[in-house]
Amino acid sequence: MTGKAPQAPPSGARSGPQASGARKNGAALSFQGVGVRIGEREILRRVTLDLDRGELLALAGRNGAGKTTLLRVASRVLRPSAGATLVAGRPIESLSRRALAREIAVVPQDVHIPFPFRAGEIVLMGRSPHLGALGFESKADVALARDAMARVGIEALAERSVFELSGGERQLVLVARALAQAPRILLLDEPTAHLDLRHRLAVLDLVRDFARGERSALVVSHDLSLIARRSDRVALLGGGELIAAGAPREVLTPARLREAFDIDADVLIGPDGAPLVIPRDPRPR
Amino acid sequence: MIALTPKRVASVLAALLLTLAGAALVGLTTGPSPLQSADVAAVFLGGERDGAAADIVLRVRLPRVVLAMLVGASLAVSGVLFQALLRNPLADPFVLGVSGGAALGGILMLSLGGALGFGYAAVPPAAFAGAVVTTLLLYAIAGVHGRVSATNLLLTGVVFNAFASAAIVFLASAAGLTKGAEIFMWLIGNLSANRMDVAVWVAFFLACGLACAIPMARGLNLLTLGEESAEQLGVDVERQKRILLVATSLMVGAAVSVAGLIGFVGLIIPHLLRLLLGPDHRLLVPAAALGGAAFLVVCDAVARTLLGGLELPVGAITAIAGGPLFLWLLRRHHQRAFAP
Repeated sequence: MTGKAPQAPPSGARSGPQASGARKNGAALSFQGVGVRIGEREILRRVTLDLDRGELLALAGRNGAGKTTLLRVASRVLRPSAGATLVAGRPIESLSRRALAREIAVVPQDVHIPFPFRAGEIVLMGRSPHLGALGFESKADVALARDAMARVGIEALAERSVFELSGGERQLVLVARALAQAPRILLLDEPTAHLDLRHRLAVLDLVRDFARGERSALVVSHDLSLIARRSDRVALLGGGELIAAGAPREVLTPARLREAFDIDADVLIGPDGAPLVIPRDPRPR
Repeated sequence: MIALTPKRVASVLAALLLTLAGAALVGLTTGPSPLQSADVAAVFLGGERDGAAADIVLRVRLPRVVLAMLVGASLAVSGVLFQALLRNPLADPFVLGVSGGAALGGILMLSLGGALGFGYAAVPPAAFAGAVVTTLLLYAIAGVHGRVSATNLLLTGVVFNAFASAAIVFLASAAGLTKGAEIFMWLIGNLSANRMDVAVWVAFFLACGLACAIPMARGLNLLTLGEESAEQLGVDVERQKRILLVATSLMVGAAVSVAGLIGFVGLIIPHLLRLLLGPDHRLLVPAAALGGAAFLVVCDAVARTLLGGLELPVGAITAIAGGPLFLWLLRRHHQRAFAP
């Protein structure tokens, strides 16, 4: 596992010598000098970051820092204006949409679903990139979808219309759909935003269990103390640039947090040895 | 958890085929000269080709029933596709103004084409062009950052419909009495099958539309989750959108050019079928074709008999049924959108 220096190498550069030396398996997903410019606004600037195989990497930063944009680049719904993205060492453009969907699954923040699909049908949609052209799901697909729902703990919702689900339940359905997709890489955009405390931990533990061996996960989250306890590394984005990436205890320091979030924060070490981030009250007393 | 199986699709479509056959029987027996089911059966099953009954069934009513089926199927399938592509259950070719755009295109050709040396044959292509242009305009105007907002969409449709009607009234008035009456008759449209040459085009575009839409039906399901989510699940969204928008516009253009403005079929049938069968497009798209066909055949039978000898435009029947339904849907849609 490699913490990258804030100074990114020039775009187009292959992974640096220090990176390849320390890495065991090579990166599952690799951003190399990625820049995104939309109109006049530069949203990402020379972001170089690797998601290693078997790793759970957390991505944090203030609103508008470019976290979601980076996930959109990683799932190729947004083409970067500079740099390259590699999936298991191959340029992301070389994969077809379907092939990419078998490699990478995305859990979006929330989606508006205009038709009354049942939760089980939404989870089954995760099997799409694995089906043929006319695409009816086989018994095996149904079993995989059911298993994904069981892992997330929402078997009971299978027959419920998505119109009847709460925001949190919908989020769990989307997590189950991504698991049913059986990808090698999971990208999650604030998967715990609508969840209660118990489900936050449950979802993050699922992601933790997922990200082992050949499978990896990149999770965007604002819950710094939670991701500090579960992730292998934390990457901080600020103003479109990578501020720091490394082990949670190295990255979640008061100085870095000030740089990323413009706040004063105390970082305590919790009973399990993981850092606890406690923002200070910014109002003058 | 029950996944959709080919068996379920087959059994639902078989049931709808029976419904369609029943509707066809109603259409064939209804009219000024009363015929019994037995008379119709004698023509089709008994091979009777002579006599008044055979004449009425084969020459007058059968072409009309077939035309109603084709137009009803085209409009209902277009409704399903618009709703999926725009991710909005209220989308309908008539409400969105696509039918109005097709009518305007056709009438422009009808009133001005003669002076430019175009014959009547140029009217349907002009209607297709009107439908395509309107769809593209809708997409360009109502879409904001790739998401088409329901309010924008409906407003754009309302305004475009008002514009198209005004332009049509202008053209019809400027054309003089005889030509104006011809334009008006074309606009109201009817299913009386004196235009079988155009009906062939309706059948052709319906076949093309279904041939495009059925293989993409699972992609349409994924599109429900949003364009980005659909791409992340392996759908080539841009390609699918382009193909289906063109196919839909062509189906609407063909239906309007043969049958005039018939509203709300694309709203009523998909909605009813979604209530009965669920929203899976692998089932919904073919089911809408059969359901829309049956619905318009029955509506046409009602239009022919409601006022005794006087025939009503079938569009009046569908609008009387569809208008209130649309308002009810709109109210429900808002309640859901603004629910706590």
